[in-house]
Amino acid sequence: MIPGMFDYFAPSTLEEATRLLEQHGPDAKLLAGGHSLIPLMKLRLAAPRVLVDLNGVAGLAGIEERDGHLRIGAMTRHAQLEASELISDRYPLIADAAAVIADPLVRNRGTIGGSLAHADPAGDLASVMTALRAELVVVGPRRERTIPIDDFLVGLFTTALEPNEVLSEVRVPSPNGGSGGAYVKLERKVGDFATVAIAVQLTVRDGTCDEAGIALTSVGPTNLRARQAEDSLRGGSLDEQSLRAAADLAAQEAQPAADLRGSEEYKRDMVRVLTLRALRRALERATR
Amino acid sequence: MTSINVTVNGTEHQADVEPRLLLVHFIREDLEMTGTHIGCDTTNCGACTVLLDEAPVKSCTVFAVQADGRQVMTVEGLAQNGNLDPIQEGFREEHGLQCGFCTPGMLMTSYALLEQHADPSEGDIRKAISGNLCRCTGYVNIVKAVQYAAQKKAGG
Ligand SMILES: Cc1cc2nc3c(=O)[nH]c(=O)nc-3n(C[C@H](O)[C@H](O)[C@H](O)COP(=O)(O)OP(=O)(O)OC[C@H]3O[C@@H](n4cnc5c(N)ncnc54)[C@H](O)[C@@H]3O)c2cc1C
Ligand code: FES
Ligand code: FES
Repeated sequence: MIPGMFDYFAPSTLEEATRLLEQHGPDAKLLAGGHSLIPLMKLRLAAPRVLVDLNGVAGLAGIEERDGHLRIGAMTRHAQLEASELISDRYPLIADAAAVIADPLVRNRGTIGGSLAHADPAGDLASVMTALRAELVVVGPRRERTIPIDDFLVGLFTTALEPNEVLSEVRVPSPNGGSGGAYVKLERKVGDFATVAIAVQLTVRDGTCDEAGIALTSVGPTNLRARQAEDSLRGGSLDEQSLRAAADLAAQEAQPAADLRGSEEYKRDMVRVLTLRALRRALERATR
Repeated sequence: MTSINVTVNGTEHQADVEPRLLLVHFIREDLEMTGTHIGCDTTNCGACTVLLDEAPVKSCTVFAVQADGRQVMTVEGLAQNGNLDPIQEGFREEHGLQCGFCTPGMLMTSYALLEQHADPSEGDIRKAISGNLCRCTGYVNIVKAVQYAAQKKAGG
């Protein structure tokens, strides 16, 4: 399969990239890891007339903790998240997810920025960033703005990005003591998107739940925040009964659709089962 | 047309290509190196795996222009002076292939693994090749082939 024709630009700075986007308008698309975009172009489901490749732009990849935030550059590959000691030490939710995105070859190319900008509700990192309450730094030709993840994810394959904007960085609040997270994914085989997957981040203080983040993958038009489940845990004791009640609420909040991976009823029950498992694992990590 | 300069198996190649040309087509059709296979053409199977600056990637999902100024290694680059690389020897000795369609990709992924981890566990090997599909072998002999190569490289 051969993609349609396009003009190719490989800028070396962010300014140049946004200028090219501005110049070519909606005909232009950014190319990051290419592992969502190129398959779509080969199927001619996407046919951008201009590609602006971010792979040569300086300073867009990297992982560091600074000023109370973990900062992940948009061009950071899934494999870099998976290999990062900082992430496996302090952000177990991200580490869990990075290891189960697609397969190792895809992880060598796919980027966090591409994954979030693509906004596929079956994408793993958007749920992770929802549970972590991340903010996204977005750069346009004239301004830079920061968008909370809940406002960034607008709908199926739709984000708050303007056509001339580049997602440059993902900012995650650094955990204080008593935080822990987990990602639990049900997939038919390595390399498949989730049938259902659940991201959980908990903060526990003096035996009480201070903050809870719960997000659902592949069971709605976007990655969904399970708001009622989160609310039910906040301020409570996180005993087994309250974890079970939260998992039931998450299952009610899910909006699964039947497809070749399972019926609506099956997926909803998997939301319940996996949410409970993710909550237990996150709690264990938060309290050890 | 865009002018590119790609080093493939140590040899520099200058070419004028359409930006939409996929790396796998550049390798197979322009350079006439047909060792790299196209299996699914949909980013699922890993038959097209080559090393791009040492990382195994699916060359059906990278544009040739993106390899400009970079190093590519294909299955043709494994043997040195007519001597098989230990990973190739392992596949021969342990029957790591049947039809051979997945083999170039399997070789490149496992070669890259051994460059990173000289002594991988069975779990490490199975995880590393989990993006390369084989319809014939059931993987058992592929794992043995990689273990053979690891031992051979360690001087065993
Ligand atoms: C076989 C296979 C299995 C997969 N399985 C999974 C899975 O299990 N879980 C999962 O989460 N993902 C999976 N993926 C998707 C993979 O993670 C993609 O790499 C990812 O979704 C897109 O990232 P990318 O860097 O490749 O983006 P690209 O394909 O380059 O771009 C995707 C979209 O985002 C836009 N974009 C990219 N970067 C930016 C930026 N910085 N700013 C603004 N817009 C930008 C592009 O213009 C394009 O519209 C799979 C992919 C394949 C091929
Ligand atoms: S041919 Fe490239 S992944 Fe199958
Ligand atoms: S040997 Fe036939 S596909 Fe692997």
